[in-house]
Amino acid sequence: MNEVKRPLSPHLQVYRLPLTGIISITHRMTGVFLSLGIILIVSIFVILSQGEQAYSSLQISLNLFWVQIFLWGFIYALFFHLCHGVRHLIWDAGMGFERDDMNRYAVIELIASVILTGLVFIFFQG
Amino acid sequence: MVEFSLPKNSRLTEGKTFPAAADAKNVKVFEVYRWDPDSGENPRIDHYEIDLEQCGPMVLDAILKIKNEIDPTLTFRRSCREGVCGSCAMNVNGRNTLVCTKAISDYDGVIKIFPLPHMKVIKDLVPDMNHFYAQYASIKPWIETQTPAPADRERLQSREDRAKLDGLYECVLCACCSTSCPSYWWNSERYLGPAVLLQAYRWLTDSRDENTGARLDELEDPFKLYRCHTIMNCTDTCPKGLNPAKAIAGIKQMLVERK
Repeated sequence: MNEVKRPLSPHLQVYRLPLTGIISITHRMTGVFLSLGIILIVSIFVILSQGEQAYSSLQISLNLFWVQIFLWGFIYALFFHLCHGVRHLIWDAGMGFERDDMNRYAVIELIASVILTGLVFIFFQG
Repeated sequence: MVEFSLPKNSRLTEGKTFPAAADAKNVKVFEVYRWDPDSGENPRIDHYEIDLEQCGPMVLDAILKIKNEIDPTLTFRRSCREGVCGSCAMNVNGRNTLVCTKAISDYDGVIKIFPLPHMKVIKDLVPDMNHFYAQYASIKPWIETQTPAPADRERLQSREDRAKLDGLYECVLCACCSTSCPSYWWNSERYLGPAVLLQAYRWLTDSRDENTGARLDELEDPFKLYRCHTIMNCTDTCPKGLNPAKAIAGIKQMLVERK
């Protein structure tokens, strides 16, 4: 018999992820983003320790629009990652698996992460 | 292994269009994945226009209508047409389901039908299930005992113990859940996937089974069990309303409790 090379059926190309699936992949991506972002955060601390001159030039670059976007993105990613981490703890305790809970918990995490970011914003700007 | 795009021989091409009759009143378009192993060509998407006035209510009815009246070369599995045989599992508009229990009216617009995701295709909507069934066999899906059977009766079970199997025994092994799981897509060689793990939990839970320890030993493996990352696609997609994610969590809990 001839060897037939079978195609692989479409997966990511056609699958419509449910909210829980989207949150799961976002959790991964924020994890990677946080790991890389922490390098930048640490370098900010290093610059801070270099004295007054370095501090004032750092302040100028920190106020740049794109740097601000990055910083707030980092803070949001941190809270999102934290909230989904808490959900993983609840799961690990054997709770929160019911079909009805799935999306409810997902929405709660999303709202909580936005509120926490908002609180930080108010704390810094207020 | 994680591969986001499809291999070269699997990329989709545009297929044929089969228009509805001119006097058709209620036309619905069905886009169907086609692959012919004899043609040597890539898979294609064929478009079928169907008059819903002349068609049964379920997605399977439309597929049967295509085969019977429009294009007899269309190949798919189906048997019971009532959701107990698990044969007609497919991906419809981005979600896996049994097409016999899914109503056409549940979908707005075009209905796109693909074989179960990330599987080797034998023809059209028929995926190769051999590996999936081999994984099922690997968890020994039968009762295993140490004690001799009672001489005068069967091995009995209390009502409470029997109730523990509810939500597990109903699984028809359609593989909708396993093939919805990204972890299973990337690691199916070693990860058992939600369907097989739910079945494993069904035997772990059975009060008459006396091989729980050995079953747990088999499952305590970074890949077989712990590739589950609670993405929950399995529970979302199960056409029987079961909860494989919860069953997997049950296995993890049993492993912790026995330590």
